[in-house]
Amino acid sequence: METITNNSALNIHNFRQDFPILSKKVNGKSHVYLDSGATAQKSKQVINAICNYYQTQNANVYRGIHQLSQEITVAYENARITVQKHLNAALPQEINFTSGSTDSISMVANLFENKYIKADDEIIISEMEHQSNIFLWQMLFEEKGAVLKVIAINEKEELFIDEYKKLTCGKTKIVDVTHISNTLGTVNPVKEIIALAHEKNIPVFIDGAQAVPHIKVNVKALEADLYCFSRNKLFGQTGVGILYGKEKWLNEMPPYIVGFSTIKTVTLGKTEYADLPLKFEAGTPHIEGGIGLAAAIDYVNEIGLELIGAYEHELLEYATTKLLAVEGLRIIGTAKEKASVISFIIEEVHPLGVGTILDKQSVAVRTGYHCTQPLMEHFGLPSTIRASLVFYNTKEEIDVLVNGIKKAIIMLK
Amino acid sequence: MRIEEIETEIVEEFELFGDDWEGKYEHLIDFGKHLPLIEKQYKTDDRLIKGCQSKVWLHSEFKDEKIFFTGDSDAIITKGIVALMIRVISGHTGDEIINAQLNFINKIGLIEHLSPTRSNGLASMIKQMKLDALAYKQLKSLK
Repeated sequence: METITNNSALNIHNFRQDFPILSKKVNGKSHVYLDSGATAQKSKQVINAICNYYQTQNANVYRGIHQLSQEITVAYENARITVQKHLNAALPQEINFTSGSTDSISMVANLFENKYIKADDEIIISEMEHQSNIFLWQMLFEEKGAVLKVIAINEKEELFIDEYKKLTCGKTKIVDVTHISNTLGTVNPVKEIIALAHEKNIPVFIDGAQAVPHIKVNVKALEADLYCFSRNKLFGQTGVGILYGKEKWLNEMPPYIVGFSTIKTVTLGKTEYADLPLKFEAGTPHIEGGIGLAAAIDYVNEIGLELIGAYEHELLEYATTKLLAVEGLRIIGTAKEKASVISFIIEEVHPLGVGTILDKQSVAVRTGYHCTQPLMEHFGLPSTIRASLVFYNTKEEIDVLVNGIKKAIIMLK
Repeated sequence: MRIEEIETEIVEEFELFGDDWEGKYEHLIDFGKHLPLIEKQYKTDDRLIKGCQSKVWLHSEFKDEKIFFTGDSDAIITKGIVALMIRVISGHTGDEIINAQLNFINKIGLIEHLSPTRSNGLASMIKQMKLDALAYKQLKSLK
């Protein structure tokens, strides 16, 4: 993009230059990437940190007496501290590196299956959960005879908090709610949800995959018991995620995968698990992932999540106005508190076709049900088109999107 | 016409558009308008092709040693792809269909639709057509 709007809170032009892929031309045109909700692009600071790791730091962590191993162990543990500070967790050992949100959710589900859930117990999720959450708990309740309770959504695509209050009871063993819906962009009142659960001593697990890239998450202020996110959405590599857990919960959890470093001592009579956080990090970890994650967090903090949030809100409002001006277009997800994710449909035009024609115009969006099939059922829709906007996107790109949609409608109607 | 001859014919039609993707897609969409539509009584869930973001129905019939397909889709581009596949494959023998290489898909620049992430089911569609051909061939050998 050569012309950049200057009246925004953020001088976006400088930041765009940090992302090498954004200057890539496709068919001679700038590539408009509006699929950061699936995976975000990586800044050169992150790419450099990863290159630097392989060029100067590569060794295994925790198990070498030599200099390189010592250095990388310190760097990897510093990465953990960077995440701890970013989330305002009380202790570094409350931060566990996982392979992503799906892995984190599996760890939590396994813990509850093993230790806490019996027949007739209840688990509360919301209607807007990512499918990974839904089927993990479904598997549980099938095996154990536990019951899945679902918080429904209102006409503005927000959670019915009054209904949620009624769902919590003595049988509820855990509440699992997404912080921000990946399909609707709805920002859920997780602080309130957690406080209400805690009144009845129910722990709460928050899926923050879509929240951490957009807003400042403070697990201490939220009082979250367990909180997870994946770093590929936070401008870092794929294959790394974070599971935050209050020390009390993590101490109770048995290792989900057992291997080197998860065990303190083994005798034929008894095996003693390692202390946190190594208890959950079997085998050689994704070291470059940890290093890159710290670089991504430093990068985002350098810009400032408040500035990012303000600019993304500006983008969201701009895109919403422009999109609603397209005839026959309807936005799915109209919550008052909304992140910069816009799902929409167009009368008489299949989302898949729109996605295909946009791709031909070098605009990347996502089509489908976004791993939230039950939510799509709620709306009676087979799929939507989703544009996710982050701080490296521009208003000019939104104009390209809107013009692309208009062209698609002409071709497909 | 043999399958390869129809494929060549289609490739030549698409070549006329050169790099004009818009023209290619309009041509594809136009194909959809001439699709041998599946009869209403066959447009049932058990004839839906799995693995598509859009709905695709396929129905086949065996007549005079040959297999004839009809179909439909709820998405206009996918409908064009269904029509294209039916134009190439329908009206041939089981062996001809099973052995069809279908290189034209690559040549007309539709190879991207074979990617699983596209989920528009071209790969599943081809698999279903070949499975139907195989089924009729087996049935015939049993008689």
